[in-house]
Amino acid sequence: MTEIPTEEYILKCTSACAGCSDTLTLRYVLKAAGPDMVLVVPACCTSVIQGAYPNTAMNVPVYNVAFAAAAACASGMSAAFQAAGRKTRVIVYAGDGGTVDIGIQSLSGAFERGTDFLYICYDNEAYGNTGMQRSGSTPAGARTTTTPAGKVQTKKDLDGIVAAHNPPYMATACAAYPRDLFKKVEKALSIRGPKFIHVLAPCPPGWRFSSEKSVEMGKLAVKTGMWILYEREQGKVTISGPSKAAMIKPLPLEEYLAPQGRFKGIDAASVALLKAQAEKTAKRLLREEEGTC
Amino acid sequence: MTTRMRLAISRPTKGSSGKTGSWRVFRPVVDKEKCNACGICAMLCPEAAIDEELEVDLEYCKGCGICAHECPKSAISMKREEK
Ligand SMILES: Cc1ncc(C[n+]2csc(CCOP(=O)(O)OP(=O)(O)O)c2C)c(N)n1
Ligand code: SF4
Ligand code: SF4
Ligand code: SF4
Ligand SMILES: [Mg+2]
Repeated sequence: MTEIPTEEYILKCTSACAGCSDTLTLRYVLKAAGPDMVLVVPACCTSVIQGAYPNTAMNVPVYNVAFAAAAACASGMSAAFQAAGRKTRVIVYAGDGGTVDIGIQSLSGAFERGTDFLYICYDNEAYGNTGMQRSGSTPAGARTTTTPAGKVQTKKDLDGIVAAHNPPYMATACAAYPRDLFKKVEKALSIRGPKFIHVLAPCPPGWRFSSEKSVEMGKLAVKTGMWILYEREQGKVTISGPSKAAMIKPLPLEEYLAPQGRFKGIDAASVALLKAQAEKTAKRLLREEEGTC
Repeated sequence: MTTRMRLAISRPTKGSSGKTGSWRVFRPVVDKEKCNACGICAMLCPEAAIDEELEVDLEYCKGCGICAHECPKSAISMKREEK
């Protein structure tokens, strides 16, 4: 693996909350992509923390676009760069609400057309920027401002939906593992066609834990099996190192839930649902990795 | 004015959200005796506020405490800011 470049593409500092994993994720995405790129950012925490006109903390070109249009906009950009003979990388950087709910049709369209771009969804499991309303990506049992008693429905299987488009490369990552994230972004950008990376981004105010625990929360998600790190290249699944280790002896799920205020008072049925879902996903990925399903 | 100039284009600017160091309630203090220069704190700081010499940029450090919490040598302590 190439060394992680020391260049920073976010000028100190954004207005993100202290301990923000969205910021940490973006820091490594930009390092892996290098300066010849354009970010397409729909409305989300990122579009706000960029800074207010006429100033921005972003030292790369960023195009802000309506929620539903991010991947469509990227398709046009990608085609234009290709026509001009330029190798500029087009990266959509969008939140979970902007991806699993609002942007999914244009995402699907771009993947079906085979657009040469990278779509990154950083997942803080709610509509963070507008005050933590539930999204399709909020897990069962989590309290948000619109699910004060805990969400009843389960987290939408975004990765399953993307996988159904058979992209040449897709992966999951987590802000707490920046090296793994960097490698995956670098690999994705070396491949032509539509690529997708889904990054879990623990959010201190939204998940209700104190800011110093951001990285710890990401690691606990992986170690308890609530979040599984893997890559899918040309359909072939490889489970990433940290999740491989975690699958041998996962930590009890409660260690992930207990420090988060959003899971305070979660009922036993929701815990059982989360557990069953995590186990099912792990089993399916292991079978896929072995090539037995 | 050209069309391009009329578009709302923001320019990259340091300090575009002000001196975020003023947000801090606790400041990270590195004990160089305990530190083995592993670089984990600098890698995990969301704000890239720790440089290669492991100096914290207190003008911008928001005091989140990730560096102290993740340091394997417990070489960073968070000290309350004097007001
Ligand atoms: C069409 C439209 N509906 C609603 C909004 C208001 N809005 C701005 S950001 C946001 C939340 C986005 O959530 P997510 O994509 O998860 O990103 P996050 O804020 O969590 O980073 C909403 C609802 C909008 N800008 N445009
Ligand atoms: S709400 Fe969460 S994702 Fe948004 S800026 Fe704050 S910490 Fe980051
Ligand atoms: S994480 Fe701790 S030991 Fe490592 S460089 Fe930072 S202060 Fe030193
Ligand atoms: S307290 Fe947070 S912002 Fe300040 S140096 Fe440590 S990790 Fe960076
Ligand atoms: Mg979100």
